[in-house]
Amino acid sequence: MSGHAPLEAPLEARQAVERALEQVQRAGADQADALLLEGDSVEVRVRNGEIDVVSQARERVLGIRALVGSSEGFRSAVSSTSDLSPSAVERMAEETAALARATAPDPAAGLPDAGFTEDLPDLGIRDASDAGPTLEARIDVARRAEDAARGVDPRIANFEGTDVNSDTTRRVYGNSQGFLAEYESTSHGISCMPIAQENGSMQMSWWSSVTRRWCDLDDPTHVGRVAAERALSRLGARRVPTCEVPIVFEPATARSLLGHLVACVSGSSVYRGASFLANRLGEAVASERVSVVDDGRRIGGLGSRPFDGEGLPTRRTPVIENGRLASYLLDTYSARKLGMASTGNASRGAGSAPGAGPTNLWLEPGEGDLDAIIADTERGFLVTWLFGHGFNPVSGDFSRGAAGHWIEGGRLSHPVEEVTIAGNLLDMLRNVDAVGDDLLWQGSVASPSVRISSMTVAGE
Amino acid sequence: MSAEPESSSLAFFRERFGLDDARLDTVLGTALERRLDHADLYFEYTTRDAVSLEEGIVKSGDRHLEQGVGVRVVDGARQGYAHSDEISVDSLQLAARTARAVAEGPGETGPVALAGREGRDLYPVSRPPTDVPIETKVALLSEIDAYARSLDPRIDQVMASVICQHKQVLVAAADGTLAGDVQPLVRLNVQVIAASGERREMGYEGTGGRFDLERLLDPEIWRPRVQEAVRLAVLNLEAEPCPAGTMDVVLGPGWSGVLLHEAVGHGLEGDFNRKKTSAFADRLGQRVAAPGVTVIDDGTLVERRGSLNMDDEGTPTERTVLIEDGVLTGYLQDRLNARLMGMAPTGNGRRESYAHVPLPRMTNTFMLAGEDDPEDVLRSVDHGLYIASFGGGQVDITSGKFVFSANEAYKIEGGRLGAPVKGASLIGNGPDILTRVSRIGSDLALDLGVGTCGKDGQSVPVGVGLPTIRIDDITVGGTEG
Repeated sequence: MSGHAPLEAPLEARQAVERALEQVQRAGADQADALLLEGDSVEVRVRNGEIDVVSQARERVLGIRALVGSSEGFRSAVSSTSDLSPSAVERMAEETAALARATAPDPAAGLPDAGFTEDLPDLGIRDASDAGPTLEARIDVARRAEDAARGVDPRIANFEGTDVNSDTTRRVYGNSQGFLAEYESTSHGISCMPIAQENGSMQMSWWSSVTRRWCDLDDPTHVGRVAAERALSRLGARRVPTCEVPIVFEPATARSLLGHLVACVSGSSVYRGASFLANRLGEAVASERVSVVDDGRRIGGLGSRPFDGEGLPTRRTPVIENGRLASYLLDTYSARKLGMASTGNASRGAGSAPGAGPTNLWLEPGEGDLDAIIADTERGFLVTWLFGHGFNPVSGDFSRGAAGHWIEGGRLSHPVEEVTIAGNLLDMLRNVDAVGDDLLWQGSVASPSVRISSMTVAGE
Repeated sequence: MSAEPESSSLAFFRERFGLDDARLDTVLGTALERRLDHADLYFEYTTRDAVSLEEGIVKSGDRHLEQGVGVRVVDGARQGYAHSDEISVDSLQLAARTARAVAEGPGETGPVALAGREGRDLYPVSRPPTDVPIETKVALLSEIDAYARSLDPRIDQVMASVICQHKQVLVAAADGTLAGDVQPLVRLNVQVIAASGERREMGYEGTGGRFDLERLLDPEIWRPRVQEAVRLAVLNLEAEPCPAGTMDVVLGPGWSGVLLHEAVGHGLEGDFNRKKTSAFADRLGQRVAAPGVTVIDDGTLVERRGSLNMDDEGTPTERTVLIEDGVLTGYLQDRLNARLMGMAPTGNGRRESYAHVPLPRMTNTFMLAGEDDPEDVLRSVDHGLYIASFGGGQVDITSGKFVFSANEAYKIEGGRLGAPVKGASLIGNGPDILTRVSRIGSDLALDLGVGTCGKDGQSVPVGVGLPTIRIDDITVGGTEG
């Protein structure tokens, strides 16, 4: 590379965090924190038995937050860089402090005053067999899932693909209060997306298994079979007349409702008044059957972490207890705005300021499985597919596309598609009249089956 | 920027990372050690900043630098992809070997001759928007806050942000392609919450594109946007629950074109059709829309958010006719799917960043204007729904079913606008929906530059457009049975 200065060697992870903290304070920040994310990922997609994409990557990104003090509070700014050369880190630290000086002081801004985590418990979030399987073994796993799916029925003749992924992430966080700690986590996943075909019409579905340890993944043949059965069950779907009926959500779609709830109990939407659950702590907002918990220290949980995005220890927080709104999910900023204490729910990427979010969040299971709930439903709609973005956290209005099965006389009668279901999330929570015992973890938010006594189905 | 974006981008990467043609040749040579169909390198250096306001103050600013390179090797339908945030010859060689590992079969190395390409510039700017001082952006947001609050006493919360991006890319491919681009992107968002008694409602409006940030600083540009956000929030305070059931619907011009994007556009992307997982597979030459319906994807529109001088594989963007007078005439193609389908690339191979493989994606997608007076289109409906603007939408490519949520909608009674309704959604079948278009207005409008499309976890900026149209018998989701 004649004629060019040699490129600078990038900084090592802890070194980058320490250097950033030192330089951003030298540039004028009174408080600061820095987060380094280092990730390795492997992704294999097989389609119809053939390799489609093999992707491998190693990425590092450093996030820096500068807080410049004044009598009216801190002014703040955040930056991130994937260029970790010493000169780039220094330039970014200076720019971050300068950017902070251009913003307005905010009395609620600033690092937590105290309470940083003192323990780093083993939460079972790192796979000890760390390197994971070879590419060939991954390709084999994907092929076994597809073979199993194809074996279910000759109408499974095509696939969108089958993915086998692994990620390893190292997270180093430090701040100007003297806190510096790190943890590593892994996750592995298999996801199979078969297409069922009949009489010129096609239906796709998917099934997946996602875990912290490779050895805990479901058998790929199970993943393939379930995915195939779900795709087949959609064939021959039709609309139903517009009506109001009980709606049964299986775990995979009930979980999506919990996702809407999360948006409404997260500190940032609460202090902005952008949630229908603002100012409702202590009130009955759901049926007594509804208890929702957030726990950042669930062993092996996909949302587990020893400390949150501000270095505070994670913990168990009851969000809804027997229908009563018990707590919001708070980071330090939203807690100060609301006159409360952080719940250790600061989530943070390298390129953003901390915000409040869930860790592992679930609806506590009740009694009986999905079959029992269906058998107990004279006439209704079992939702197995939800799509669209029709949820408004400010008003709670909900209206989304759905597909699934019609229930008649306590039994599934025929598949349904091209309908919407609509209601208001507050009414929906209050009208939960059955919660199953079949809690299913396919991510960090999980639910058992749920029935809501009445919603509007729009169709023919 | 200079009038030759390719050469300025190439010079940038040469200067910054010491990448000369010989080094690129070496890496492509490693990638192509055995006989393969294609190999390419995608270099990216992006700066992005955002300033946001809420509760009357600019609480935070942020600034980001993303650099990296993606190396891809293609063999038949197989792709090996590796990416790294380190741009050095060692890391490139490693990535190239990793990407190659996916391929099988013997072959020989061919020499690679890189050739730069003359280009156009659809979005020249006088300086990168990320170079505009932060104080200028802070001042704009403070003015917006004060203006929004002055418009209506019921405005309780104002959230506004200015987002700027300056992206430099370079593509070097084994077929000799060597092409770069400099892609500015700016965006203004205004979201307000209006409160009246117990009721709180939101209004959102935004605008942007690939042009100088200075344009957004002009009150003639931002004031109408703030007025819109306030009008929507206040309107929603009065909105009634939406009726549910099958009815005739009129869509207003502009952003409503997101319906085309979801219901039809995704289903016409090359990958889904090559894999025959789209409801539109094998339907070229068939009628998929009513006579008079012509749908275009055009990446060459000046300064639009969805436009690009070249796609992320170095192919110049084009104007592609997808549906002509109701008949399916084309798909959106990247290089891989075009080759496998025996078609020509259409300049639609796009990726979110160096960390992603290119996929066939839309640019600016719209329906051409018809001849009907928009007022007549509305008057033609006795009982139905008028949707002035949508929020988001989603499609299930395989079954063809799509769903949208309305941001602003009214009942139509006796050919006239009635009460505003909230929580309306539309659900239908992509291959069927355009056959129900019975009136096409003369008022084609493109959106204001706020669209972002997601596919396979990758987000890219897009544009949409539509004239006023009438669609017969479509299912409206609401709460009133």
